[in-house]
Amino acid sequence: MTKEQALYNYCVRLGDNALVQSYRLSEWCSNAPILEEDLALTNMALDMTGRAQLLLQYAGKVAGHGKTADDMAYRRAEREYRNDLISELPDADFAFTMVRQMLVSTFECFLYAALVSSSDKEIAAIAAKAVKEARYHMAHTSEWVIRLGDGTEESNRRAQSALNILWSYTGGLFETTDADALLLSEGMAADVSQIKTKWQENIEAILREAKLILPADDYQQTGGRQGLHTEYLGHMLTEMQYLHRTYPEAIW
Amino acid sequence: MMEHNENTAVQEVALSAFDYKMENDQAIEPRDEMPEGYRKHLIRQMSQHAHSEVIGMQPEGNWITRAPSLRAKQILLAKIQDECGHGLYLYSAAETLGISRSEMIAQLHSGKAKYSSVFNYPTLNWADVGAIGWLVDGAAIVNQVSLQRTSYGPYSRAMVRICKEESFHQRQGYEIMANMMRGTADQREMAQDAMNRWWWPSLMMFGPHDSSSPHTGDAFKWKIKRQSNDELRAKFIDKTVQQAEVIGLTIPDPELKWNEEKGHYDHGPINWAEFQRVIGGHGPCNTQRIAHHKKTHENGAWVRAAAAAYSAKQKSIA
Repeated sequence: MTKEQALYNYCVRLGDNALVQSYRLSEWCSNAPILEEDLALTNMALDMTGRAQLLLQYAGKVAGHGKTADDMAYRRAEREYRNDLISELPDADFAFTMVRQMLVSTFECFLYAALVSSSDKEIAAIAAKAVKEARYHMAHTSEWVIRLGDGTEESNRRAQSALNILWSYTGGLFETTDADALLLSEGMAADVSQIKTKWQENIEAILREAKLILPADDYQQTGGRQGLHTEYLGHMLTEMQYLHRTYPEAIW
Repeated sequence: MMEHNENTAVQEVALSAFDYKMENDQAIEPRDEMPEGYRKHLIRQMSQHAHSEVIGMQPEGNWITRAPSLRAKQILLAKIQDECGHGLYLYSAAETLGISRSEMIAQLHSGKAKYSSVFNYPTLNWADVGAIGWLVDGAAIVNQVSLQRTSYGPYSRAMVRICKEESFHQRQGYEIMANMMRGTADQREMAQDAMNRWWWPSLMMFGPHDSSSPHTGDAFKWKIKRQSNDELRAKFIDKTVQQAEVIGLTIPDPELKWNEEKGHYDHGPINWAEFQRVIGGHGPCNTQRIAHHKKTHENGAWVRAAAAAYSAKQKSIA
């Protein structure tokens, strides 16, 4: 694997994570429990769409194949997607969305904080923007996780059951490939093994305050970074890519 | 008896202050005394306006996950957020008249409060998102620009802010239509199809002809409304016809013709039977829109209860 190939894979992974999160968050549009939250969730979706655009555009540039961010988003099949499984799971309820986003955004706070000092200038610039967004996302969602966990019996039950399902997908956040090793030696990527402990400490502190229990089962579902996804991703892409698939000649 | 007389006297003085403000084109503010009919009229109109913004999120939200480019998705997300923000802003403005957001939502669910009937039509292809921005928001702007001079202060200020965002919405809608008209034959067909379906409902947004508008009298007297339905409709048609021509869209009205004498376009008859039918509940999406709003509200009940319970716990600790 060349450095360019590794960098391409890395950008696609980050870009796909942003894109898939944007999709799930935007599904809340006109479906949130209060208008204020409709605004907040679509705001996060907006941040993620912007981030996906920057990263996928850069991936296209690195690959030198002339593909735009839209080509990357709308003209790849599920086996070519490199996002983490946790982000593609459908939202069971508001608790699921908040717990998921809290877990992922906390990870992204550390990830993008590390990438701010990437030796790749483009990644560093995107990370500088992303880390600010991720901090806001983490603050907003962890407040909700605490509110739900320490709210009513029902909200606690819903948050706990969301956590129980989501926990087995958190391992995917720390999955590495050959690309990581190569880029780490170049000072371009973030070392997720160093992030893991800090992430876990933060999550445990939030869960304690939320009166939620860390699941005991350690089994982890991984594979997103090899393009091995859940059955849900194919349906998401079918919907997202509908117009491109139906009218391949059209320019939007 | 004594008390009653004093109250009447106070109200007379207060009402003459209201009349004075009316005559001198000064804004009425929340703490001012106002006739009960004025208050009721505004609650009805402002809550309907707020509900329209919120229900209007549904037909556009229908295309969020299928937006055909990352840019289009960002613009649509931002636009729907604006509508949501307008809803919030208008609910708050209406609350200054002594009604709560939850009461207004209950009235929407019971059918007592209405929302703009145009949102009872479905968005069937991507060009419909363009048509809503260009035609529906375009019609709304004409109305709202006029409402910037409405007599109730909080409503008028809300309109100033909302109009700025709506003109962005109209441009984004027109851009979608223009892009599609520059595209493939399929795209042009979708754009014209959207035009055909949204033109007449957009004209209906201005309400019945002046000769048969039931609220016109009081609304004019109280300076809530400054221009008539037909005047506003003519403004909208005049500016839109030219925009359609520029990008090659045909207005689906064979009787549309420039009237030199009036300085406006003449248009063919509006199907008022359809208008009444859709307002009365028998449009393509009436049931769906309200059912969706109710379901979302009910599904969110446990979240609102959790937030309230958590907040109460924090207060008891503090």
